[in-house]
Order: sequence, then structure tokens, then C-alpha cells
Amino acid sequence: MILQQFFNAISLGSMYALIAIGYTMVYGVLRLINFAHGDIMMVGAFFAFIFFSLSSNFFLAVLLAIVAASVVGALTYKVAYKPLLDKNAPKISLLITAIGVSFFLENLFNMIFGGTPQAFNYPPFFDQTIEISHAIITYSSIVTIVITIFVLCIVLWFLNRTKYGMAIKAIAFDIDTVKLMGINVDFLIVLVFVIGSMLASLGGIFYAISYPSIDPLMGVLVGLKAFAAAVLGGIGSVLGAAIGGFILGFSEVFIVAFFPDLAGYKDAIAFVFLIFILLFRPTGIMGIDFEKQRF
Amino acid sequence: MIALEHITKQFGGVVAINDLNFHVKKGEIFGLIGPNGAGKTTAFNIISGNYTPTSGRVLFKQQDITNKKPNEIVKLGIARTFQNIRLFDSMSVLDNVLVGFDSRFKYNLFEAILRLRRFFTQEEMFTKQARYLLEILKLDTHQFDNAKSLSYGNQRKVEIARALATNPQLLLLDEPAAGMNITESEELADILHFIRRKFNLTIILIEHDMKFVQKVCDRVLVLDYGKVIFEGSPQDMLQDEEVIRAYLGDFVK
Amino acid sequence: MSKYFIRLALISAAVMILLYISMQYLDSYTVMILENLGIFIILAVSYNLINGVTGQFSLEPNGFVAIGAYVTALLLLDKNAKLDQFMLSDPSDFILAIHSSFVPALLISGIVASLVAFMLAFAVFRVRGDYLAIVTLGFGFIIRIFAVNQSEYTNGSMGLSGISNEANLMWIGVFVLISITVVLNIVYSKFGRAMKAIRDDEDAAEAIGVDVFKIKTYAFMTSAFFEGVGGGLMASLLTTISPEQFSFMLTFELLIIIVLGGLGSISGSILGTIIVIAGMEWLRFLDEPNFFSDTAHPGLRMVVFSVILILIMLFARKGILGNKELWDIVKVKK
Ligand SMILES: Nc1ncnc2c1ncn2[C@@H]1O[C@H](COP(=O)(O)OP(=O)(O)OP(=O)(O)O)[C@@H](O)[C@H]1O
Ligand SMILES: [Mg+2]
Repeated sequence: MILQQFFNAISLGSMYALIAIGYTMVYGVLRLINFAHGDIMMVGAFFAFIFFSLSSNFFLAVLLAIVAASVVGALTYKVAYKPLLDKNAPKISLLITAIGVSFFLENLFNMIFGGTPQAFNYPPFFDQTIEISHAIITYSSIVTIVITIFVLCIVLWFLNRTKYGMAIKAIAFDIDTVKLMGINVDFLIVLVFVIGSMLASLGGIFYAISYPSIDPLMGVLVGLKAFAAAVLGGIGSVLGAAIGGFILGFSEVFIVAFFPDLAGYKDAIAFVFLIFILLFRPTGIMGIDFEKQRF
Repeated sequence: MIALEHITKQFGGVVAINDLNFHVKKGEIFGLIGPNGAGKTTAFNIISGNYTPTSGRVLFKQQDITNKKPNEIVKLGIARTFQNIRLFDSMSVLDNVLVGFDSRFKYNLFEAILRLRRFFTQEEMFTKQARYLLEILKLDTHQFDNAKSLSYGNQRKVEIARALATNPQLLLLDEPAAGMNITESEELADILHFIRRKFNLTIILIEHDMKFVQKVCDRVLVLDYGKVIFEGSPQDMLQDEEVIRAYLGDFVK
Repeated sequence: MSKYFIRLALISAAVMILLYISMQYLDSYTVMILENLGIFIILAVSYNLINGVTGQFSLEPNGFVAIGAYVTALLLLDKNAKLDQFMLSDPSDFILAIHSSFVPALLISGIVASLVAFMLAFAVFRVRGDYLAIVTLGFGFIIRIFAVNQSEYTNGSMGLSGISNEANLMWIGVFVLISITVVLNIVYSKFGRAMKAIRDDEDAAEAIGVDVFKIKTYAFMTSAFFEGVGGGLMASLLTTISPEQFSFMLTFELLIIIVLGGLGSISGSILGTIIVIAGMEWLRFLDEPNFFSDTAHPGLRMVVFSVILILIMLFARKGILGNKELWDIVKVKK
């Protein structure tokens, strides 16, 4: 029983972690809460849905969906955020635009696909189970966990060991100096949006498989929770976002397991975390303080 | 009046200030000099509470203020201006100065909402005082102009008026004459002498213009790479070898 | 001083007379639109205080409007009505005990909302960054979760109905006047100057002695107060409420209103409300079957609205009035 919940918790945490990373990376480079990020997850799931209905090769559909969603993510930056950054617009304009983009994506998909949840089809493979000491574990949660950990390692390797990754970290620390060094900052930011969107759409597809339905507003609440996870881990830190995601996943699963009365409040847990972390340790678990450079 | 004791400030690996000690007597105009990046502005940020030092402490009138918040430090009587002018862009010159009076206004939110008598009397009183400050700084003709529409030199003076509005005993001026022409900076020197007398001020100022420093400062301290390399009168400073080397070195670079 | 009060009295009297005449002579559909407009003006003007004047991006209105609506509804419904309505579980003793008349109910709604705002502010404003936006966005969901789950207090997803309809055009007019007067009195005082200073340059404001936390909290609590009152008016106007009514959509409409009118401009918010409410009505045709297709497009209107919001941000960031007021502009032209 505990083992069963344990697996549920990691696979839920994996989804939060995947989405939280995009929030944290965009926040790192632009100091922007990208409200549209949760919707990219929804977009990814919908693309997978569409491509799978067209091609019947699930793996291919997922790959195409991830590519398509990251194009959408990059476009949101190019079309909506970049012009404002170029004009040196105040922060509040960026935030409002982010809300606008989020609402746009939600309503566009709502208009095309309707507001009612659609059944999400996937190969029966994911429904197969194995039994490990009385816990019945679906292949889908195993796939979620394995792929998430694999992807996480790649992202961390990329950020810490490659030229581009280190340049991205440098932007997060001091964008002006990086610009002066003649590095193409714009390209790096696009890269951040692409990576974030790829992870989010992967998270969205895992989410769709485990529920298994999708709707245009599915990204709102999950996005909000993932953001709370990012703050919990220490916004700006990729490892922190992943840890925050797993903590949130575990908390939701185990709080509901031990206190079934609280099931209705499951979605409020992330919010409580967010408030507490702001009250007691605003820099999060990884303790990154972004407010150093003000004068 | 104010004393810095063993102040060190690091940013990551960069040591911006290294074991800085100095004190300033009441009524002095004290110059903080040094090449770019020497750590002068950082010293101001530490005094004004915007940064906490890595180690060391700041004493203001014998009281330890090292860990106080900026707005508490203002209330204790230390006001500052900024090197990169930071006026409130959307507001008029007069309103900018009135924000400086903020903590001295004595009406609360309900008195403002209900427009009780004290609201009107206080507004009238402080508006009058703000106008007086603008007059001293020769800005009275600009009071209704938008702050950012003023010339660079005038914007610096608005910052000084705004700082004076907080009723300070110690005034920190970060490059007050930067961007001024010769007549403007000479006028500013006179104004500084005048306000020192008028408001019983102690002033610390950062400045690169040596003529200006000679004209206004009683005593100067020269920083280089976060270290003190000279302390004394502005006349002696120009003869000091290490100071010359620091500045020439800056030149050669 | 006396000049100020005379002017206030004259304007108020004129507005009330106008509203009285409207109520007598206009048809009920137009009156309904005016009532709706009035409530949105209250909400927009107070929302602008935190977002526009103080520059703290917040997504709170739907949460506080919901609080206000529920508080007013529960205060106005009498004991028997509550016993009749509560289906999912019996109403708690506390809920049965509370009851008040209309105006006190509205004021209590405002106070409850601003107390909740105080608690949120305490978490959010002590740290730098844009956490207010995300916390208030989350808060909107939390309120809904509570409204659905706490059925002994809220009757859960069934909502409440039969709330006495006392919010007529006159009452709404009174609260429109009060909210505008209060917000303007704050804006034109040391508090308003400090709020604008924080918006323009928070560090500089702090460095010259503005208590940033306190000022932001005041702005947020004032906004919340009138959003609570507005919610109460809404409950009494509609006579039925349910958790689904207070979705993020409401906040989004208000955001467009204040952005269009000009962030930081009170008169701009009033103008923005009129334009957006009228536009909403007019754009209804978009959702209907049209030339291009014969099926209905629920949601096209919202797509259009979000595109409008993004376009304003990209090309006309200052909105209609920028952060100026109508009367500033008239003065300059003189
Ligand atoms: N917030 C910060 N983060 C990192 N490094 C900083 C920060 N502020 C200052 N520094 C570094 O500390 C050193 C001292 O800077 P400071 O601004 O105090 O110099 P300064 O003497 O005022 O120079 P200038 O004459 O150019 O104004 C510089 O190397 C600067 O890069
Ligand atoms: Mg400096």
C-alpha cells in the first residue's frame, strides 16, 4: 500500500518537476512569471492527441507534439515578450502580457476543441502492470519516472557542462554583462523557452496518460502548482524546481492517503506551501537570492 | 557623527570593500574619492541600509545601525541621493519632494479618506516647506514640471531636495555634480555650504570632479580597490603619491 | 477645505438625481446594464489602486468578489431560508446565527475581504518579486475549493439563492460614489504619492523613508474592501450565487478594463469599464454562428479579448489615459 502510494507520488512529482523547471528557467533569465507556461503543457497534450489520431504511432506523435509545443513556446517569447523587452517596458506590462498569452491559448483551444474533457487515447502498453511486493504499478508510472529522471539528468548536464548551458546560467546572474560579452542573448532565451516547453509538454502528456483526459484548462491548476513547486525549491534553481516538484507530489499523495477527509483540499496544498515558503524562507530550499543587484 | 568600523563587503568573489574604517565629525563635509569601481557607492549602500556588510559595523551617533532597514535609517536621520538618478518619473518635481516628507506627515489613512481637518493643515504645511526647499535649490520655477523633463543637473538637485525633505542630520550625496557644467557646479557648491549651515548638516559626498572636491570638502578619504589609500585634507591629497598612482593607473588602463 | 466638500456634495447630488431619473424612465434592460456597469466601476477603480497606482501586479478580484458575495448572501438570508437551502450538509450554527440588513452586510463583506487581504499581504509583500500575482491567482482557486468543500458554510457547489434583491441602481450609485471618492482621496494624499513612488522606483522610495510594506498593504486592503463590497452588491443584484460564477474570467475582464483605460488612471478605469462592458455586449455576435461557419463559437469572444489585451500591451501600453487623469489633461489644454 505504502509502496503503491510511493510510486504514485513519484510519478505525480515527476510531472510537477517537469513543468516547474520551465517556470524556474524563464524566471531565471527574464525575472518573469510566465503564466502561459502551464498552458504549454496543455498544448503539448493536445498536440499529442491530434498527432496520435493522425498517425497511430504513439512515439512519433509524442515527439512531434513536443516539437510543436516548443515552437509554440518559442513563439510566445518572440511575438509577445521580446518586443516588450526590446522597448524596455516595465515589468508589469510583461506580466499582463503573460496573462494575455495564457488566456489566449486556453480560449483558442477551448474554441477549437470545446470545453468538455476529451478522452486521451494511448497504446494499451501503458496500462499494463507489474506487481512488486503487493503493489500494483502501471507501466505508465514507471515510464513517467524513468523518463523524467533521464531528462532531468540531461538538463542538468546541459546547464552545468556545456557552453550554452553555462551561458544561460550567466544570463540568470547578470544579463547585462553577458550582453556586453557579445553573446547572443536572444538565442539563449529562445533556447530556454524551447527547453521549458519541451519538458512541460512531456509533463502534459504524462498527465494526460494518467488521467486519461485532456481539456483546455488542464494547465491552469497544474501550472499554478508547478510554480509553487518552483518557489518551494528556490526559484531560479533547476535542481530546486525538480526537488520542489517531488516534494509537492509526495505531499499531495500522502496527505490524501493518511487524511482521506482532506481529499477535497488536495489542490490547496501547493498554495499552503507557497504561502509558508514566502513567510519563512522566501529564497526556497536552494536559497537563491535574486535581489542582490539593485543599485 | 558616523563611524564605519572594519567594514568589508563581498559580492560573490569580488571584494568591493576591504576593512574600511573612517569617521566623520558633526558638521563636516567629507569627500569619498577613488577611481571607478573603488567601492564608494557600495560604502553608501551599506550606510543607508541597502546592503548589509559581510563584516564590520556602522555607528550613527554611537548607535549601531548595521542591520537596520533603509526606511528605519532614514527616520534616524540619514538621507541619500543616487549616482544614477532615481526620481519618481511619473510625478511632478513638487510631488517628488513631498514623498520625501512622507514619514513626517502626521495624518493617518482614515483622516486622508475622510478629508479631516488635519489632512488639509498638514498638506498645506508640508507643501509650503517643500516649496521652500525647491527655492533653496533654485528649482521653484520647475515645481509643476514632470521630474524627468528636467535637465540632468536639475534632476540631481531635485534628488537633494527630496533627501533634505526627510529632515536628515547626515546627507549622503553620490556624485552630486556629475553632469553639471561649471556654473551649475559652482552654484551647487554654494548651495551645499548654505544647507549645511541652515540645517545643521553633516555631508558625505562622492565626487570625481577634483575642483569641486577642493571647493567644498573639509576632509577627504581616497579608496582604491576597496582599500583606504589616503585620508586628510583635499590639498594634501593632490600631492600624495599613492593617490596619483591609483588615478594614473586608472588612466593607463 | 470647504470648497472640497461643496464640490463633492454637488457632484454626488447630480449623479444621484441622474440615476433617479434613469430608474424612472429607462427600460429594465438598460437599467440592468447600468447596474452592472456601476458594479464594474467599483471593481475596476479599486483594482486599479493596487495594480495601476501602486504598480503591484495582482490577480485578486475574483477571490475577493467571491468572499464579498458569500458574506453578503449569508448575512441577508434568514434562518429558515438557510435551513431550506442547505442540501449537502446542514448549515453550521454560526451560519444560522448570522443575519443583518443590507448596508451592514455590504460593509462586513468589505471588512472580511480586506482582512483576508491583510493576511495575504503579510506573506507576499515582505519579499521582493512578483509573488502577489501568483499568490492571488492561486487564492482565487482556493476560495473556490473552499466554497465547494465547506458545504456547511456555503452549501457547496449548489450555491445560494433567494438572496434579497436590495441592490438597485440608487444603492449601486451610492457605492460607486463612495468607492471613487475614497480611492481618489487616497491617491491625492501622502499615501497616494507613496504608492506612485513605489510604482516608479521601489528602492528609491524605500531609501527616502517610505514604509513600502505598509503602503502596499494599505493599497491591497483598500482594493479588497471595495471588491468585497462589489461582490456583495453583485450577490444582492443577482439573488443567486455559486462558486463557478467567480472564475478567473471576472479578473481577466477587469484587467482589460484597467489596462485599456490606463494603469494608474482612476478616470481611465471608469472610461475603460464603459467601453469594455459595451464591447462585451456588442461582441456577443462573435460567439454566434456567422458567415464563416454555421455552428456557434463559444469562446471566440474570449480569444478576441485576449488578443486585444496583448495588442494593447505591445502597441499602446499606456492605454487611453496613461497614468494621467481626465482632469489633468483638460487642465493642460487650458
Ligand atoms: N550588487 C553588486 N553585485 C556585484 N558586484 C557589485 C555590486 N555592486 C557593486 N559591485 C562591485 O563592487 C565594486 C565596487 O563598486 P562601487 O559601485 O561601489 O564602485 P564606485 O566606487 O562607486 O565606482 P564608480 O565611481 O564607478 O561609481 C565594483 O567592482 C562593482 O562591480
Ligand atoms: Mg559609484
